Amino acid sequence: MTTTEQPPAPAAGSDERLLHTSALRRLLGRPELGSVVGAAAVFIFFSIVADSFLRASSFGTVLYAASTIGIMAAPVALLMIGGEFDLSAGVMVTSSALVSSMFSYQMTANVWVGVFVSLLVTLAVGAFNGLMLTRTKLPSFIITLGTFLMLTGLNLGFTKLISGTVSTKSIADMEGFDSARKVFASQWTVGGVELKITILWWAVLVAVATWILLRTRFGNWIFAVGGEADAARAVGVPVIRTKVGLYLGVAFAAWVSGQHLLFSFDVVQSGEGVGNELTYIIAAVIGGCLITGGYGSAIGSAIGAFIFGMTSKGIVYAEWNPDWFKFFLGAMLLLATLLNAWVRKRAEATK
Amino acid sequence: MARVRTGVRAMGAVLAAVLGASLVGCSSTGGKRAEERAARAAAEGRSAVNTPRWTFTMVTHSGDGDTFWDIVQRGAEQAAVKDNIKFLYSHNDEAQQQAQLVQAAIDQKIDGLIVSLAKPDAMKEVVAKATRAGIPVITVNSGSAESKAFGALTHIGQDESIAGEAVGDELNARGRKKALCILHEQGNVGHEQRCAGAKKAFDGQMQNLYVEGTNMPDVQASIEAKLQADKSIDAVVTLGAPFADAAVKAKRTAGSKAEIDTFDLNAKVATALQDKTLGFAVDQQPYLQGYEAVDLLWLYRYNRNVLGGGRPVLTGPQIITSKDAAELAEYTKRGTR
Repeated sequence: MTTTEQPPAPAAGSDERLLHTSALRRLLGRPELGSVVGAAAVFIFFSIVADSFLRASSFGTVLYAASTIGIMAAPVALLMIGGEFDLSAGVMVTSSALVSSMFSYQMTANVWVGVFVSLLVTLAVGAFNGLMLTRTKLPSFIITLGTFLMLTGLNLGFTKLISGTVSTKSIADMEGFDSARKVFASQWTVGGVELKITILWWAVLVAVATWILLRTRFGNWIFAVGGEADAARAVGVPVIRTKVGLYLGVAFAAWVSGQHLLFSFDVVQSGEGVGNELTYIIAAVIGGCLITGGYGSAIGSAIGAFIFGMTSKGIVYAEWNPDWFKFFLGAMLLLATLLNAWVRKRAEATK
Repeated sequence: MARVRTGVRAMGAVLAAVLGASLVGCSSTGGKRAEERAARAAAEGRSAVNTPRWTFTMVTHSGDGDTFWDIVQRGAEQAAVKDNIKFLYSHNDEAQQQAQLVQAAIDQKIDGLIVSLAKPDAMKEVVAKATRAGIPVITVNSGSAESKAFGALTHIGQDESIAGEAVGDELNARGRKKALCILHEQGNVGHEQRCAGAKKAFDGQMQNLYVEGTNMPDVQASIEAKLQADKSIDAVVTLGAPFADAAVKAKRTAGSKAEIDTFDLNAKVATALQDKTLGFAVDQQPYLQGYEAVDLLWLYRYNRNVLGGGRPVLTGPQIITSKDAAELAEYTKRGTR
């Protein structure tokens, strides 16, 4: 099973899937092409209308904004290629940060203990999503909507029960905090630009996701279950394992984002994260993922997140009224998706 | 193609109908024209100083379309016109996003920063960054405890605990025995402090009720259910002006005798105070918070003046009853109270 959009080495046999295609044709067939054009357009646009957008320090801010979305958008894109949604991704980030912080504080344990307990809990939530989906055969939209609501309630309820208030207590003075902060929330200054470590996490996650998608058997399974689950099962693709794996991927990224939240602010607000799940989905869709599954890319999700970061901060640099931000976002989502569809049609027509 | 053309034609017909209707049915009272007349009658906004055109940015924890913060913004804009200031505003209710917006403001090399500290821990680092960059910072609305430690010049706002205690005292004065505190935002520390303060000062019993603030019918239904379940409740305190109206409706449906009181003002609350549908309102004068923040930054830049002597400058609580409401009604209509 080595049938992906990658050109395999010309092998024996005259299968049409193994034909050698030209580099340009291959480029046109990439899912993220439309979003690259969109990103360039947004960048040029804000460079013209906002003087402070092109400053080096501003670029650090935009990249940071993009990375906090992009870390989640990469596994969400994979999940969408696999034909499923995760509406609990936004609050899962908050849950992960809360578990980490409260476990360390209540047990007076080294902060790293809390961090690993949080990883286990978050992965358990991901596994719950995946197993409920494959066991009940209900749509993932419903399953994860339930998880989303339950987590929102658990976040508030548990925090209030344990801390007595709606935010956690500070763990900044505990052992292991400094080393954990280095891993999840440090920053370096490179030539006047402040780069946060989330940018590195983002790059690594996108690279890993891309490698999985294009170079491994699991990647083929993702495309297969997203394209046609029944056919995939018929040819021996482990559908259940693939989908649970995808939800675990989202949970892992939620854990990374949650630890970043915790270690950059050392206190977590229990009511946050609601609504971000849609942001991740939007980033994936702008990046060329089909909402119906079976098509998309991890790099596209990164470009989608970058467009998101540029727009959200560009509006500030351009000194516009932020009331219009959502309108812009919606318009951009439609334009990007239309562009994607058009590019894809052209690419398929010339095959 | 034919289908496209019918679509265009239908749209044209709708447009024509709307325009026609608006020309035929003119109202001689109220509406946009009355508003424009009032605006023309108001003083023309011109700056009263000849200082350079400085840029001040306000970054708050407000959600989208929030009445309260809209009034704060009006106050800030009014002061900005007077002080020849270029005023920029941005907001986000997620701590991480709010911190990023402050960072973006620092990147723009602004001359002054106004920030609300509802989530102080998240804002600590970025506010410190602003002071390091030599930007004077004033905190508004929430964060009176942290303001000084973060290096802000002054804090302008209301101490939520004190405001809550004022409510408790007022309820005692009105001889109430059993009160309900309606929290419309789960997870808001300031709201918790208000209800806790009220509970502390109130001699009777006080219960908290959490409602979904973004969903008005749900707010009404929750209060209704509570009032039906417990007939002995004789006071309901809402924490925001829009929720007072929902509480009044709930009271009617439930056939309860409870008095409805609220934090904050709006046009509806002012009218309801006048006809005694509401007992009292506790105002923290949002207009003043915005206005003073900009004005104090200007004073600092122009003359290195700092107000408050290292203590928060309080804009509330101010208890408003039916006596004061008549005067304020007009100001609430124009959106400054």
